Amino acid sequence: MTPGQRRWIFLAAGTGLVLFYLSGLLGLPAFGSYPGPYGPAILRVAVAQTNATGVVSAINFDYRGFDTVGEEFILFAAATGVAVVLRRLRGERERPAVDEAADRHVPPTSSAVRMVALLFTGPVVLVGWWLASHAQASPSGGFQGGVVLATAFVLIYLSGEFLVFKRFSPADLTDVVEAVGAGGFAALGVAAVLMGLPYLTNFLPLGQVPGAVSSSGTIALISFFVGLEVAAAFILIVGELLEQTLLIRQGRP
Amino acid sequence: MNVLAVHTPYSVPAGMMEALQVTLLVLVAAGATAVVLIRARVRQVLMLSIYGVLLAVLFLAFQAPDVTLSELAVGAVALPIVLLLALAKVRKREE
Amino acid sequence: MGAFPFVVVAWILGVGLYGVVTSRHLVHQIICLIVVQSSTYVLLLGVGYVMGAVAPYYFDVPDHTPAVDPVVQALALTDVVVEAAVTALLLAFAIQAHKRFGTLDPQELASLKG
Repeated sequence: MTPGQRRWIFLAAGTGLVLFYLSGLLGLPAFGSYPGPYGPAILRVAVAQTNATGVVSAINFDYRGFDTVGEEFILFAAATGVAVVLRRLRGERERPAVDEAADRHVPPTSSAVRMVALLFTGPVVLVGWWLASHAQASPSGGFQGGVVLATAFVLIYLSGEFLVFKRFSPADLTDVVEAVGAGGFAALGVAAVLMGLPYLTNFLPLGQVPGAVSSSGTIALISFFVGLEVAAAFILIVGELLEQTLLIRQGRP
Repeated sequence: MNVLAVHTPYSVPAGMMEALQVTLLVLVAAGATAVVLIRARVRQVLMLSIYGVLLAVLFLAFQAPDVTLSELAVGAVALPIVLLLALAKVRKREE
Repeated sequence: MGAFPFVVVAWILGVGLYGVVTSRHLVHQIICLIVVQSSTYVLLLGVGYVMGAVAPYYFDVPDHTPAVDPVVQALALTDVVVEAAVTALLLAFAIQAHKRFGTLDPQELASLKG
């Protein structure tokens, strides 16, 4: 089948699919008139029940915590998959990391990039940490904070050499941190079971002021663990890809 | 359903919010078309980063600041980094 | 305005699928898959929107202010981050395919045997 034929067949079938999809979507209530009972029911009770003013995080880590455990383990499996798939193939060898810059025909990093990256590394770590630990108060949470934290490590790579990046995030430490994050989340659920409550019940004291940092029981703690895990997963992924690009070379001439 | 009369310190007139949302939706549709139609490698990754920022602003107009943060951090920063690294690896082998 | 967001969702889905089907490079195909995924985020948030309501955060607005649906926001939030990691896994597969077969053209890869 030539590419031209493929394109025409797709245009015929794809138009039909999209029109069918659209006719289904047009049966939904008009945009802006959400009638469903689930949303308003949760909004009515969320702040009183969990002392968390960030209702979305309360849903993520308390009301629908079971779904979030599943999503987090998808992330864990994907990061592990990247590490497994990108292992060294037969016939490849790893160049010694010392002369990795010797014969790369790329211009050296400009001073402006290095300075800006160095300047921003500290604030980005602070912002990521703040995001991961304030899930119950404002629009933040473990997932966003973790990704921002991982970005700080990429800034370290941009401001220095790849070896500096590896020294700041050795593979063993990253693996341990990721395991602690994922395991901590599951362990909090199991701790609730050991106390005789259903899995992932919010069993810690809820605090006095809604939305304070130390309020809302397990929500803040789970968000912290999730932040650790997401940051470690993304650092692992970026580290593996950097190693592939910079260190691993084909052995055959 | 009628327009709810919600008066917070941050309220804007409903017409202005609707106009903003329609504009952003058109921009997002154009951005998606541009991402698919560009075939040059690095240019497509840059267009994906711009598309991520457009999506993030659209989510903000839909009153979802959490999703905005996620989409900004992931779609405009982390995904292009991973894509560029993969492209560098592949291009190096093609030399 | 009643159905315009849903038309945009269907358009993004169609455009992304066109990119996936007629692609000649695996990385371009993966990027078009990202576009298809983004259409579902817009759909989720579009379904839960309430006209004239605020974001579901009661840090600085009085309690029980009418807010948009928070459940779909929670779904979209975890969705965005997890799909990025799965995309990284897809890219790892693409790199390995390039190492084994030397080509990244999906239409040539489809006809390889073993």
